[in-house]
Amino acid sequence: MTGAEAIAKCLINEKVEYVFGYPGVAIAPLFDSLYGTQIHSVLIRQEQNAAHAASGYARISGCPGVVAVTSGPGAENLITGIATAFADSIPLVCITGQVDSTLMGSDVFQEADISGACESFVKYSYIVRDVQDIPRIMKEAFTIATTGRKGPVLIDVPVDVQHEKLSHFFYPEEVKMRTYKPTVEGHAVQIKKVISELSRAKRPILCAGGGTFLSGAASLVRIFAEKYHIPVVCTMMGLGVLPTDHPLFFGMVGNNGDACGNRAMNEADMIIMIGARVADRSISQPDLILKGKILVHIDVDPAEIGKNAGPTIPLVGDVSHVLQAFLKEDIRVSCDDFISQLCAYRKQWKEQKEEARGKNSPDGCVNPAAFIHALSEAMDGNAVYVADVGQNQLWSCTNCIIREGRFLTSGGMGTMGYALPAAMGAQLADPDRQVVAVCGDGGFQMSMMELSTMRQYHIPAKVVVLRNNTLGLVRQYQHLHLHDRFAVTDLGEYPKLEYLTGAYDMEYIRLTDNADIQDAVRRFLGSENSVLLEAHVSKDALA
Amino acid sequence: MKRIYSVLVENRAGVLCKVAGLFWRRCFNIDSLAVGETDDHTVSHMVIVSSGDDKTLEQIEKQLNKKLDVIKVKTFSEQEAVSRELMLIKVHYNRTNRRDIMENCSIMGAQIVDMSGSLMTIQICDTPERVQMFLDTFKTIRIVEITRTGTLAVTKCSESGKDG
Repeated sequence: MTGAEAIAKCLINEKVEYVFGYPGVAIAPLFDSLYGTQIHSVLIRQEQNAAHAASGYARISGCPGVVAVTSGPGAENLITGIATAFADSIPLVCITGQVDSTLMGSDVFQEADISGACESFVKYSYIVRDVQDIPRIMKEAFTIATTGRKGPVLIDVPVDVQHEKLSHFFYPEEVKMRTYKPTVEGHAVQIKKVISELSRAKRPILCAGGGTFLSGAASLVRIFAEKYHIPVVCTMMGLGVLPTDHPLFFGMVGNNGDACGNRAMNEADMIIMIGARVADRSISQPDLILKGKILVHIDVDPAEIGKNAGPTIPLVGDVSHVLQAFLKEDIRVSCDDFISQLCAYRKQWKEQKEEARGKNSPDGCVNPAAFIHALSEAMDGNAVYVADVGQNQLWSCTNCIIREGRFLTSGGMGTMGYALPAAMGAQLADPDRQVVAVCGDGGFQMSMMELSTMRQYHIPAKVVVLRNNTLGLVRQYQHLHLHDRFAVTDLGEYPKLEYLTGAYDMEYIRLTDNADIQDAVRRFLGSENSVLLEAHVSKDALA
Repeated sequence: MKRIYSVLVENRAGVLCKVAGLFWRRCFNIDSLAVGETDDHTVSHMVIVSSGDDKTLEQIEKQLNKKLDVIKVKTFSEQEAVSRELMLIKVHYNRTNRRDIMENCSIMGAQIVDMSGSLMTIQICDTPERVQMFLDTFKTIRIVEITRTGTLAVTKCSESGKDG
């Protein structure tokens, strides 16, 4: 058995369904070993999108996404995708081909020090120097990527190691790493402290982040909130933890969040952060907001606790284990007055949003808030909504109706072009589920080559492009802070999407009038074909 | 505030780079860094001296612990440690300053370990403060080359009960 065959066998052992990637000479042996096996290799059109597709796959399947690309430029193109996954703690195993090990370090054709380049945004990286190490390294990589605080792991495999013979293949059932023991169970004393404070709190609030999904604990957050009747807000990465219209859900926090969510946080006397980083976009001035409050910070990564805000009660552990421990307690939480107050805020906020949705837009444009609201309302209850980055993302966060579905976006890194490939990955993870990618015209053009992949592999994800021929969020910044000097944000009027969709044999729907929103959405979601909806929005619309 | 980090790491290629890279990427200071193999050849011991406010120093410890090549991190203040640094200093000497140099060496417990007609190499192994103090005595003398190990430190025996 060769090294490449051993890697393929390890992937089969890990029950990998898809390998997203792009071949080259330095990774050709691995793709050759995958050829004809039960693992489907998906040829992505640019390596960065392979990582995004694997990310979308991982977030919906709950299994790690696997990527394989060639050395040098192939690996370098992957970097942004790896960094994006790292920022959102998405489990990926990324296998890069490398030049012949005897030539490494001599700057030969297509050689790049990819493990060095990625060091600060991978959870761990390997350079395979001995073919006999492959089973151990693969097992460690999958374990590291999927446990503790999840994240991408890089395995760089020189091409000669892929060709070398393995004397004996044994895939270990568990890893033996003396340096890696993530804390899963929360400390019993800290759990008691939280429960004791919670029983005394008058205005407690749960703030859920992306960690709740990574831990598979979204339903536990809901059970916990409902059991003790505690209000819930979320970060951008936590959207969907409770349905938008759940009586205990009070919106998204942060500088792109809702007035209601932020007021709820400001007025609370006890904040329980669950799987959230207290990042700058969620809580921009932690010292100010948290003053006089009890902050409980639950996170699997001890380094996140106290990094941005000093918690009153730190609680290191996997969110689902900690929540299960909380649920074993029996206390009374009395915060009905606080909830009534928050309900009043929510009513006011909903009225404001409704008013914003009712506003007219310039001729030839739709109101983006109204469109996103209508689109998400008409989507299946368990649909996956993948938002790109920019104004489209912010409009989506505040107007998307989420029921039992998921909301995916690149929250930590804010990588434009994420939505389309991530939606492909999400769709492959669950072919029966409705998946919609919502992009701006800037982000769409960063990954539109993947329409080809979607068509080739019959991936029926649906694509929305909010079209305003500008990089809207930067333009908005220029409007608000740079005296309307719109430097380098004009995208021009190309490509003409009706022709582009024609090139990919896709159905095309153009939406330019608020009156047509319902009809366009119905046609878009009802279409049996591959479909792209272009909704024209005003350059001057603010998010 | 200064803090000493005694870090046991896997003795593998690239680990020094990963640990040093962590300090660079997160804007932590490295005042000194010394590395060497331990009695177990699979384990290296890094002694890193850093400085910063309490929050930074706590983050350094947490981020070091997060690195998968790090086996154990101990952290202590200068007062809790026995610290030593080795310095080799090569200087030009002449008839007029030779005696002064030798006297300084004698006072500070330094040794002349190599010599030619105009150059001598002096070795001193002492606390980082005393090594610096010794170096300061060479202000009027032409220094050719200096090399220092950086601080090596272990906790004082009286402190060892705390961490085993």
